Amino acid sequence: MSVELQASPVSTDRWHPVCAYSDLIPERGACVLVEGRQIAVFRGFDGALYALGNRDPFSGAYVLSRGIVGTRAGEPMVASPMHKQAFSLLTGECLDDPSVSVPTYRIRVTDGVVEVSIA
Amino acid sequence: MTRLVVVGHGPTAYRLIETLYAKGFGGSVTVLGEEPRPAYDRVALTSYLSGKSAEDLTYPVPEGVVLRLGAKVTGIDREARTVTAADGHTEPYDVLVLATGSSPFVPPVPGKDLPGCFVYRTIDDLDAIAAAAEGASSGVVIGGGLLGLEAADALRGLGLVTHVVEMSPWLMPRQVDEGGGSILKNHIEALGLAVHTGAGVKSIEPGEDGRVARLVKPDGAEIEAQVVVFSAGVRPRDELARASGLPVGERGGIVVDEGMRTADPAIYAVGECALAGGMVYGLVGPCFTQAEVAADRIMGGDAVFTGADMSTKLKLLGVEVASFGALDGALDVTFMDPVGGVYKKLFVSDDARTLLGGICVGDAGPYNSLRPLVGRELPASPTELLFAGTGGVDVDLPDDAQVCSCNNVTKGQICEAIASEGLTDVAGIKKCTRAGTTCGSCVPMLKQILVKSGVEVSKAMCEHFAYSRAELFDIVRVRGIGTFSQLIAEHGTGRGCDVCKPAVASILASLNGGHILDGEQAALQDTNDHFLANIQKNGTYSVVPRVPGGEITPEKLIVIGEVARDFGLYTKITGGQRIDLFGARVEQLPQIWKRLVDAGFESGHAYGKALRTVKSCVGSTWCRYGVQDSVGLAIALELRYRGLRSPHKLKSAVSGCARECAEARSKDFGIIATEQGWNLYVGGNGGFKPRHAELLAADLSTDDLIKIIDRFLMFYIRTADRLQRTAAWIENLEGGLDYLRQVIIDDSLGICAELEAQMERHVAGYFDEWRATIEDPEKLRRFVSFVNAPGTPDPSIAFETERDQIKPVLIPLEVARS
Repeated sequence: MSVELQASPVSTDRWHPVCAYSDLIPERGACVLVEGRQIAVFRGFDGALYALGNRDPFSGAYVLSRGIVGTRAGEPMVASPMHKQAFSLLTGECLDDPSVSVPTYRIRVTDGVVEVSIA
Repeated sequence: MTRLVVVGHGPTAYRLIETLYAKGFGGSVTVLGEEPRPAYDRVALTSYLSGKSAEDLTYPVPEGVVLRLGAKVTGIDREARTVTAADGHTEPYDVLVLATGSSPFVPPVPGKDLPGCFVYRTIDDLDAIAAAAEGASSGVVIGGGLLGLEAADALRGLGLVTHVVEMSPWLMPRQVDEGGGSILKNHIEALGLAVHTGAGVKSIEPGEDGRVARLVKPDGAEIEAQVVVFSAGVRPRDELARASGLPVGERGGIVVDEGMRTADPAIYAVGECALAGGMVYGLVGPCFTQAEVAADRIMGGDAVFTGADMSTKLKLLGVEVASFGALDGALDVTFMDPVGGVYKKLFVSDDARTLLGGICVGDAGPYNSLRPLVGRELPASPTELLFAGTGGVDVDLPDDAQVCSCNNVTKGQICEAIASEGLTDVAGIKKCTRAGTTCGSCVPMLKQILVKSGVEVSKAMCEHFAYSRAELFDIVRVRGIGTFSQLIAEHGTGRGCDVCKPAVASILASLNGGHILDGEQAALQDTNDHFLANIQKNGTYSVVPRVPGGEITPEKLIVIGEVARDFGLYTKITGGQRIDLFGARVEQLPQIWKRLVDAGFESGHAYGKALRTVKSCVGSTWCRYGVQDSVGLAIALELRYRGLRSPHKLKSAVSGCARECAEARSKDFGIIATEQGWNLYVGGNGGFKPRHAELLAADLSTDDLIKIIDRFLMFYIRTADRLQRTAAWIENLEGGLDYLRQVIIDDSLGICAELEAQMERHVAGYFDEWRATIEDPEKLRRFVSFVNAPGTPDPSIAFETERDQIKPVLIPLEVARS
């Protein structure tokens, strides 16, 4: 079996448009594919956006975008749908096991379009 | 290696062996039991006739124990240190424990051996009584003590006109005094039983068929009876010890020292066969303590048995009866209410400062808090104490007060376990200390101790809601709350989490109906409900179409096969008589379901905390043993309750006869056909902690059955905790199954009509949520792997082949990270 997952060479600080802001459901995530990377983007209840790596480091499955979004002690978080570990939407750190974290990405809205930077 | 041989396998032997193993006993254990089955819980014997199986009552046998059943021991050779069984088998021992129990005493009245005369001790006895009760119309129990009334309850349960004959002037003379006995008699007569106190038996007379026909009292009066049960006390089984020259008491019982050792240092005796300190103990608590003492001695310890608390609290024929401490004293304070059927008496020392004992009939409320205070200074006036535990006064126990008399656990030990193990619930206390695990009467006490020891028994669902699920359910119901945002703004803090959001989504779905992916509710669902499928380890999903009752046409089977083949899915038959299709990517789910819905399938809700499946055996339509149409009922029930959102998954099954091929008793609600209708069992589950469902109601018509299930399910949905299966829910209901029966059968809370109406709304409002999803473009938008590349499948999902089907392969991290 062979797996083609090598990401393309990363360009520096380039914003990638990924979807319309209105495509995102409040307090829910969605996954976008940017230069071969899976990025989970989330829209908070207050409209704020967050972007994390989509891979759940505990299970190895690419599923964080499908977790339940909420807060823990006021910090916005997503709970992995696999085994429920919570990850901070701000820092990517696992709130149940600080030795584990997932990457975070910059995210913004330009003219109603959500953009992600993987630099 | 020490060779331990135990003669007898009853509860005491069970406890001895269990204790030895818990203490790390390294020798061999061989048990010779006379009965054909391993030790079972005799305290719960009567429940055998009301639906519990022998298996339910049987104690576990620790691994490594050699158990020889049906092996009656006939001799001990103390010189050679061997025992010999009736079949000639000889077993050598280093240590021998006699746990031979007792045998019922049958008074020498003429006719005592007639067919139709029984004793009440073993499961075999009960089988014989039940068999004789068929075709009989009335029965009599000789003996009105604790066990006699149990036996009377059993006869009444078997549908016989029941008489109780007791020599003493009142019932239960060992536990209550004359006043208590008279109140008890009133209660029992009100149930339709005939009580004859101060009455002997002259003879038992046969009818023309040679079987028992009547009992004749000394005054010549006759009681018609085709079944006679002797329950006139027990005698220690000491014949083996006697024959081998071990000293026995004048009135029987193997003499033991305070370490439970007989005159032969290699031989111990425990339980009802032992005479300890001049007493033979028949209650399970003292017998267990003896077993523990003997086990400790065998392990080289120095534990002693110095007598035991003979307090009892029980519910006989629905009447609470309790007695504790001494049953006489210098002074007594009595409360008697013949109208309400309550009698309470406390015995105190002559200075009225020390509690000596007490008797309760009709309301044993004070028992739990007063029993541990025997021999201590009264914490309140005797009058106040008569109403302790019933809301009157709150009694504080000293640390050395014994809370669980069955397992000899003090309040101090419980408090210490709470503190050191950080226990927060009764289940934890039971596990750590064993308190409350035998008769259960101290469980309310355990709850109080938990609360008093400062353990904040938090009912908060999570950091966002300070309420339990049941409380939130009521808030949503009473205040008519329609959204999570409203609920958390008005009654919570923060923005919720993976604990409270799905729980609230379930409450909203149970109460308001509608599509679970409508509006804001969609964001509350966990991934399974969000995609209406079950997530698997590689992030793909599985699909389970509903197959009501497990009945499926060849055409539909072919459709499932074609769909699985066309989408390359792994297929497996589930335990619930359905077919699971694995390996679907999110964007495939609507396409798969379009095909299934077009062929007439609908959602199986395998992804939801909802009704899953109503399994069935083939039933009377095909099966030569079946007595009812189990498939038809299973389909009707599955169609009625499909889509019902609940605190946890709900499983059911219907068996068409007592052979129980559908395994209904392992379900949340299981139905077993009888000649007359249906028996309904509730609270079963498989899983981590398997539990058999218990009989809730018997011989129901189909209409009544459905009505009771409606109420059962809605009451569960209203009051259970989040992720609490029906088994745990019933266990945690104060009053358990009896209370449940009062609420949903006797309508003690007056809510049955409301529960039924709520179920009617569910049935009327049901629609297939997968059909509704594929018909709604808005809902379909979420079914993509990537919002910016809707046509692209997730490249991390890969499969290899095993046994001709796909199998997920997880991509190693190094590769994925690049």
